[in-house]
Amino acid sequence: MDALYHVLISPFVDMATQPVFFAEVVIGGLMAGVMYALVALGFAVIFKASGVVNFAQGAMVLFAALTLVGFMEHGLPSWAAIPMTIVVMIALAYAIERVILRHLVNQPHIVLFMTTIGLAFVFEGLGELIWGSNVKALDIGIPDQPFFVGGMLLNQFEIFAAVTAAILVTLLVIFLQKTAIGRALRAVADDHQAAQSVGIPLQTIWVVVWSVAGFIALVAGVMWGAQSGVQFSLSLIAFKALPVLILGGFNSIPGAIVGGLIIGVGEKVAEIYWGPIIGGAIENWFAYVLAMVFLMFRPQGLFGEKIIERV
Amino acid sequence: MKRTGKLALGVLTAAAIAVGGVAAEKAAAADEEIFIPLTVYRTGPYAPNGIPIANGWRDYLKLLNARDGGINGVKIAYEECETRYDTKLGVECYEKLKNKGAKGAVVFNPLSTGISYQLIPKARVDEIPLHTMGYGRTAAADGSVFKWTFNFPATYWSQAAAFIRHIGNVEGGLENLDGKHIGLIYHNSPYGKEPIPTLETLSEQHGYELTTYPVDHPGQEQSATWLQIRRDRPDWLIMWGWGVMNQVAIKEAINIRYPMDHFIGVWWAGSEQDVEPAGAAAKGYKAGNFNGVGTDFAVLDDIVEHVYGGDMEAAKEEGLGTVLYNRGVANMLYDTEAIRTAMGKYGDKALSGKEVRWGLENLELTEARLEELGATGLVLPTRISCANHEGEGQIFVQQWDGEQWSKVTDWLEPFHDVVRPKVEAAAKTYAEENGLPVRDCSQEG
Amino acid sequence: MLYREAGQFKTTYGADQAIFPIPQDRWVVYAVIALAFVAVPSVANEYWLQAILIPALVFTLAAIGLNLLTGYCGQLSLGTGGFMACGAYATYKLSTAFPEMNILIVFLLSGIPAAAVGCLFGIPSLRIKGFYLAVATLAAQFFLVWLFNRVEWFYNYNPSGTITAPPRTMGGFMVTGPEATAEARYLVALGFVALFALLAKNLMRGRVGRAWMAIRDMDIAAEIIGIRPLTTKLAAFAVSSYVCGVAGALYFAIYLGSVETAAFDISVSFLVLFMVIIGGLGSILGSILGAFFITVVPILLTNVPEALGLPIGVALAKQLENIVFGAMIVFFLIVEPHGLARLWQIAKEKLRRWPFPY
Repeated sequence: MDALYHVLISPFVDMATQPVFFAEVVIGGLMAGVMYALVALGFAVIFKASGVVNFAQGAMVLFAALTLVGFMEHGLPSWAAIPMTIVVMIALAYAIERVILRHLVNQPHIVLFMTTIGLAFVFEGLGELIWGSNVKALDIGIPDQPFFVGGMLLNQFEIFAAVTAAILVTLLVIFLQKTAIGRALRAVADDHQAAQSVGIPLQTIWVVVWSVAGFIALVAGVMWGAQSGVQFSLSLIAFKALPVLILGGFNSIPGAIVGGLIIGVGEKVAEIYWGPIIGGAIENWFAYVLAMVFLMFRPQGLFGEKIIERV
Repeated sequence: MKRTGKLALGVLTAAAIAVGGVAAEKAAAADEEIFIPLTVYRTGPYAPNGIPIANGWRDYLKLLNARDGGINGVKIAYEECETRYDTKLGVECYEKLKNKGAKGAVVFNPLSTGISYQLIPKARVDEIPLHTMGYGRTAAADGSVFKWTFNFPATYWSQAAAFIRHIGNVEGGLENLDGKHIGLIYHNSPYGKEPIPTLETLSEQHGYELTTYPVDHPGQEQSATWLQIRRDRPDWLIMWGWGVMNQVAIKEAINIRYPMDHFIGVWWAGSEQDVEPAGAAAKGYKAGNFNGVGTDFAVLDDIVEHVYGGDMEAAKEEGLGTVLYNRGVANMLYDTEAIRTAMGKYGDKALSGKEVRWGLENLELTEARLEELGATGLVLPTRISCANHEGEGQIFVQQWDGEQWSKVTDWLEPFHDVVRPKVEAAAKTYAEENGLPVRDCSQEG
Repeated sequence: MLYREAGQFKTTYGADQAIFPIPQDRWVVYAVIALAFVAVPSVANEYWLQAILIPALVFTLAAIGLNLLTGYCGQLSLGTGGFMACGAYATYKLSTAFPEMNILIVFLLSGIPAAAVGCLFGIPSLRIKGFYLAVATLAAQFFLVWLFNRVEWFYNYNPSGTITAPPRTMGGFMVTGPEATAEARYLVALGFVALFALLAKNLMRGRVGRAWMAIRDMDIAAEIIGIRPLTTKLAAFAVSSYVCGVAGALYFAIYLGSVETAAFDISVSFLVLFMVIIGGLGSILGSILGAFFITVVPILLTNVPEALGLPIGVALAKQLENIVFGAMIVFFLIVEPHGLARLWQIAKEKLRRWPFPY
């Protein structure tokens, strides 16, 4: 009875009696969700265009952030280092298409997935080889002063992250829905061969998509790197993006954002109100359980395209 | 497709030949050299911590070889093996290195919790002593059970106790701890949970309230934890963190405007690498330590002179004077002094692991000896015995002033009366579970 | 020439249904088994056994387990590490609670809790498919690791929070604990791999295997021809998790000897998945080749600079190793997307005509 009370009632009592704190938890969750979504977006873009779950996205985040910091350590100002890093990521996208993807047209998805794992090894090795393994402070002038709003502690950094994510998503949606290349890209996602046969240049599309993913990786790397310093662990944030992706639907840009917010809020609320009852540190697995519950009702993810199966 | 298939077969065949090649290859080592294996992690997620320690190890051994021609005239051979802080690779390194050198490896420093746990039973059978300096199994402080494992100069439990002593000192006496609220934010793993029993026992004795905040591995996202801390507002915060968790926690503490001088990190959360991303904003943050910080030691001057040819800049590039580099130097200083002790008994020649174990157990570093080594203040005078593999267990607290760490307290006495019985109880359980004999230390010479 | 099956006639159904219908295959397999059981332990040194062969065998077993589920039944799983942890902790609890129980029986029993847990987390597979199914197994992975770390009962309340394999003998030989020789542990691991490879192969050739493959190829069609998706999928989860659980037991008691939950983290799950994909989905031979490839190649690459006498630091060597290893994975997939097992088949095709050209 007592246990039931603690699980079913007292967390809600806590929420009701400390509404300001509850609001803070929710906002904290939303902010965390935005950060997850920044990583998830990179996955979603590549999945959308080639049906591949790009395991190397985490390694790309690491590589992009390392490259940026590396350039800055060599004395470049950030306004010059950022475009340079983007150029590097585009060059990489080109190389990946040329060396790998071109040879794997029409292969099963699981093979492409495995290839990206090989790619992740290469990126991690290359990043460390070129830029070293030390923690590097990243300071490109993102404001991060805390301030109070109605008793709630907020941080300029979080606001900045949210605005960045909003801009990024808007640009992506416009790009995918309104431009010729975006339409071509969706065609490629549907069927490689059919797209090719109507004259869509598969190669170009892939270079574009991987470049965009590289750019998103850079943004995610900057945001996460500002928190923890740029270091190898950045490649692990891919695991934080997985439940978000699954929940949102792998191929949906809005899904990545909405999924991120749901996961963020869900796991923070669970951690703070239910975590202490069962020992804490539950947010990692809770995110997956939450995603699983949603999937039971919508097996294709919140925004995923409906799966139609025919014999 | 056909040609590529052939090519792939060719690659496989080449790989098979390489297998044979590696098997045939045998390491040639000079007869009269002492072999110290160095299991390091210079790559991977924990490399920021691993690199300076490895550099400290390497440079101190280089110094001994260059300046003194080894230990008592016996040259030191050493070889690095990369573990990436991964237990599986640690096993591989251990197997690869344990039989190298004239009489095999003389002492292993696993440098990772996972690898330590894995090696503690093995090293006993292989008769190679382990020195888990400031990590690994705390119960190994009881040498009557853990004959082959040493964890001086201090253990996690001693450190947790010393933190409470420090907090008491700042609050103006242990009696003022009553009613205080202390939070522990920890890495949710066996390592992170180490201090909890000690802190709980002390909380019963001194009347402070303890709240624990686990953070799941790897700890890149801790906002939930810090919201809780902001709500509970503990008077003091102790952190048992590792890797990226440290940098994020320090940033978060700054964000919620936690008073940084009431925030104390474990000695694995108290290096330059941990505070650098936050930089000057982390000013005031404290951490435990058991080795001196800075470049103000004669032994480091010698390293600059003999290893780097007087190039201070190059030495600093490699981390000289930083917390973890100095820890590496201190580690090798302990080990080589133990070898020297063993040579006092067995003669100035290449020794076996068994002989060096005796040296570790009978190690006595006096103030005078430290003076000779140029390491006064780098480590505390220490005496190891059959029963006590931990030594004095004293640590000090250092503080980050925005640019560097500096020692802010004297060496702190842990509550031996609380910690030691816990160590003995844990060792006893371990001995029972694994059917190990318990040595009678009054009989040991 | 070496591999011609012309002129080999089968006169009974039994001969036609043998696992290796061609004598050459049979001889090769017998030779490999004899070599593995007799020659290897008498020749290989401790480094080879402990650092290379034992982990490769343990991962082979895990890869066989995962291949049953992912390769044959088509259900993607990223929870292998969690299921292995179940087996490891079950071994620890069983062997400490019943010290006199034979350790082999302990290993076999340890798979059962893993199978139960696997079944439980397999339930969502009835509704969720493809990469989305990864969510259920990932939930298992993270939850189980958290649970074994959280609940002290699992590690007998010992303050270090780790589990250590107690010394146990089998037929007078020490097989677990630090005193067990590498040879003894190798033989146990090899025995389990041989046993489970044979069982898995036979399971897959029978009714059960065919049902699983039907589900993999198209579950709706399979349902229409009368295969129950519920029991079939859950059975696949149970059997696969059982094998993974036994693999976890060996990983803990035979290979590492002492572990904390970190040894079973998500990277293990991915590692085993890599093995299955690189080796070849839906192939027992592929599981073996994949596991050996993923465990042995990095170790060889680490030793290459030293063998060649190149004076490069360990860090640089490791980074180069990562790059080369990643490039090798990509290379092999471009050359042969269906895995190493398929490469072996191509090799056999060639051997058929060798030394004559077409």
